[in-house]
Amino acid sequence: MDADQLDRVFKALADPTRRRIIDHLRERPGQSLFQICALAMAGEGKALSRQAITQHLDMLEKAGLLHVSWSGRTKLHTLDLTPLRKAADIWLRKHLDEGERP
Amino acid sequence: MRIYVTSVLVDDQSKALDFYTQKLGFVVKHDIPMGEHRWLTVVSPEDPAGTELLLEPSEHPAAKPFKDALVEDGIPATSFQVDDLKAEHARLRDLGVRFVQEPVDAGSVLMAILDDTCGNLIQLVEMTGK
Repeated sequence: MDADQLDRVFKALADPTRRRIIDHLRERPGQSLFQICALAMAGEGKALSRQAITQHLDMLEKAGLLHVSWSGRTKLHTLDLTPLRKAADIWLRKHLDEGERP
Repeated sequence: MRIYVTSVLVDDQSKALDFYTQKLGFVVKHDIPMGEHRWLTVVSPEDPAGTELLLEPSEHPAAKPFKDALVEDGIPATSFQVDDLKAEHARLRDLGVRFVQEPVDAGSVLMAILDDTCGNLIQLVEMTGK
């Protein structure tokens, strides 16, 4: 994982809506855009536009955190935690595991 | 002003008639020949005087890209209300209907989404009023 990929992962995580989407998709893999919007509305009680959710999904997909599959002609989104694990291994753990706790 | 008819764009009217009557259980209200196509409407047997659903041919060139884009994003074009979603889901599944969304609790409603075989996703909802 290079620096750009690492940036994309942390940028993808640096937004509460995208973190909620990750939470939802971890609970329920294989969701369509419509379902992700419905879950976001049920969970947060506020409606986000489909366009906004689409942009959030783009960010997650560019970071490699989403795997796309098809059910018939419907596009489904599933979480792929591989880049998150890599980001943790090459950067987060370096700080968490080394040295004394302050 | 009242809503007396609403439409769903179907790839094939005969196929749609089979699906909407024999699977979903609606009944024909009007079936009037109109040249190449028909003015074909169905109603719910629970409300035969209620709003009609027009099974409208999707022959306009914009219809297919529009329908395909909705299906890609999993967006149901039309929504029907049921009293008992789990029972209805089981009944339709046994008739071979494909569900793209199994029944799920979405706050104040239970919902599921099925494929009408005519190019549309259809939502079923049960109002739970939570």
